[in-house]
Amino acid sequence: MYRKYDAVIVGGGGAGLMAALNLSPHGDVAVISKLYPVRSHTGAAQGGIGAALGNLEEDHWEWHMFDTVKGSDYLADQDAVEILCREAIETVYDLEHWGLPFSRTPDGKIAQRRFGGHAREYGKAPVQRSCYAADRTGHMILQTLYQQCIKNDVHFYNEFHLLDLLVENGRVAGVVAFCLATGEIHTFHATAVLFATGGCGRMFRVTSNAHALTGDGMAVALRRGIPLEDMEFFQFHPTGIYKLGILLSEAARGEGGVLRNGQNERFMERYAPSLKDLASRDVVSRAIYREVQAGRGIGGKNYVHLDLTHLGREVLDKKLPDITDFVRTYMGLEPATELIPIQPTAHYAMGGIPTDVEARVVIDEKNTPLPGFYAAGECACVSVHGGNRLGTNSLVDILVFGRRGGRHAARFIQENESVPLPPNPQERARAMVASLMGSSGHERAALIRDELQDEMMAKAGVFREASGLKSVRDKVRELRDRYQQVNIEDHGLKYNTELLEVIELGGLIELAETLVEGALARQESRGGHAREDFPKRDDANWMKHTLAYQSPKGIELRYKPVTITKFQPTERKY
Amino acid sequence: MQVHLKIRRFNPEKDEQAWWGHYTVEAEPTDRLLDALNHVKWYLDGTLTYRRSCAHGVCGSDAMLVNGANALACKVLLKSLGASITIEPLRGLPVIKDLLVDLEGFFAKYRQVKPYFITHSATPHKERLQTPEEREIYDDTTKCILCAACTTSCPSFWGDPDYVGPAAIVNAARFIFDSRDEGAEERLEVLGSADGVWRCRTIFNCVEACPRGIDVTRAIGQVKKALLYRKT
Repeated sequence: MYRKYDAVIVGGGGAGLMAALNLSPHGDVAVISKLYPVRSHTGAAQGGIGAALGNLEEDHWEWHMFDTVKGSDYLADQDAVEILCREAIETVYDLEHWGLPFSRTPDGKIAQRRFGGHAREYGKAPVQRSCYAADRTGHMILQTLYQQCIKNDVHFYNEFHLLDLLVENGRVAGVVAFCLATGEIHTFHATAVLFATGGCGRMFRVTSNAHALTGDGMAVALRRGIPLEDMEFFQFHPTGIYKLGILLSEAARGEGGVLRNGQNERFMERYAPSLKDLASRDVVSRAIYREVQAGRGIGGKNYVHLDLTHLGREVLDKKLPDITDFVRTYMGLEPATELIPIQPTAHYAMGGIPTDVEARVVIDEKNTPLPGFYAAGECACVSVHGGNRLGTNSLVDILVFGRRGGRHAARFIQENESVPLPPNPQERARAMVASLMGSSGHERAALIRDELQDEMMAKAGVFREASGLKSVRDKVRELRDRYQQVNIEDHGLKYNTELLEVIELGGLIELAETLVEGALARQESRGGHAREDFPKRDDANWMKHTLAYQSPKGIELRYKPVTITKFQPTERKY
Repeated sequence: MQVHLKIRRFNPEKDEQAWWGHYTVEAEPTDRLLDALNHVKWYLDGTLTYRRSCAHGVCGSDAMLVNGANALACKVLLKSLGASITIEPLRGLPVIKDLLVDLEGFFAKYRQVKPYFITHSATPHKERLQTPEEREIYDDTTKCILCAACTTSCPSFWGDPDYVGPAAIVNAARFIFDSRDEGAEERLEVLGSADGVWRCRTIFNCVEACPRGIDVTRAIGQVKKALLYRKT
């Protein structure tokens, strides 16, 4: 099947929907999504969207910018961060104008709360910057954007799965996708393509990410010769429910919750004297690991406690109702009176498809754009989060750059014709599907995935070191070979979700390779990348972004400079 | 513990009729039902088909009939279900394959009630003000994740598939009672029809089924009152 559009957006979460709202008035636009858009993972975000509105106390976008740059361990591109923090303010007002039901202050303004890493006066003390809707801010954002898409008649292809990106003569020509309902492969011929396909947390055993988060867009781009930037920087959110990985928002600590070790000590006081439990997430996750290593986990085990008992039922019911529900449902515990077992959970990919500040995909060290190709949200790397992302900044990122990408693409489609499709556009996609369906091998995909997830969690997680990374690199290569022997039981065309999971697994393995290679090469610790064998940050040699290319010889690494404008890198202390 | 799953299977490309699949899985009492389904699909029978994503009750993908009552597979723990579990697709919507149903009609009804913010007055520069009390009035209805558990548990919907259904009404109510919205009249027009709120017989299955704890029947009642007492 062949369809022609001016622009195609892949992904129906916050970034994709925001791009759609800005693109669809200007041309023939379609959104392709592997899920019904309201199922997208944006809906799982809890704590809030960060913007310096100053509704409860003085705040400025410059302070937000400093906090973000510092939070990134100085790897973020500061020109992009400035745009993020400036535009955050109007973005939040736009959301409210679209009806988003924010929680309110007594005088009727958008309510704001404290959050990890957000401070006043360039790092002095926590500031109330996170604009929230109870602890369901992501849900409200996703619903509000989807409602606006309905109002504006945006055209959706639901449950279509991305298989390939088409590039011809240095211009993007469209995408190839698989209709889950019928098993048919469709070619979408387009002048502009925007990827908003989300993260890849499912490469780790314990993750906050939905099953759908398998990095599809990143893998497809990688296979077409586009590099992935900073893949070694993966965030482990400190407070996931023990063993399940389900996220308990940082908002819990924003409202006053604290972490306690096996000796009931508020240990973050030792690791981050100023911001304590509200230090940036990588700092807190490492502190938890250190406490556990020192034998101070609960009962000597590998978890610590989140203490919300002093917050009072009013705060729990009104400001943290969803996480209260999670704790009651999944752990049978009452947060008002009991301590909650938590451990770090794989949460966010700081890296991804490299873009400039217009969300245009750039393909080399000189930031050369690939005309017509855009990326926004977690699958992209602008870079606004550098080595570590602050809480509340992802919701800003997806909306600010989703909008900028949408707007730039709107101009692009008006000023440019589409290029012809390459000959046999479905060739690669068909070959991949045929090879998987026709395999006579005997490997079970789920077992390969289990091994990948366990190894990545153990050796490419919160703490890494050379021999562990080499071992997981070998494992990933072995899994890549075994993947060629995967056997699929379901040979149907309609809703073949088994085939889908196998396709996703192929992408995850390739993305794991880029993460491990980048992590091995980067001999320093910065943000979410912590090397036990190189514990210090090394600006002299490593103040640069990694670009990982897939080549016949394996992953090839190149580097590009970081844009520094207002804030000179210094030691990051909380 | 050992858990016996009896799952309603149907492959549109092979089966003339639905049939029961039986699977035994080793699991923890604190595992989610979704974990058990995943175990079957990943290690026993790859053809088992169902929707799922977030695995913690916020995306609404995995609503299904569990021991005769609607639930999100990722929110119900095995210990509350016992050792023998019957799993079927949602009622009242066409079954496409195994536990996966056709949601197009459900979403079409949702779109019918204009489930988006409507204002005619000028947009302020900053936020429109809304007091915490005004915000509280419609808070319950903002929680809907469009999982379809309510609509597909409703006998009025089973009897009349044209009934707009509880979920659509909840999403309309969310705006009708939002102090900032100015589109109440348009939505009440849609809901005031025979297949609108008047199909509701206050059976309350929706309240029992809703995994988000929304008082759906109450919201429908509020809309009925608004229709009865509006001045036209």
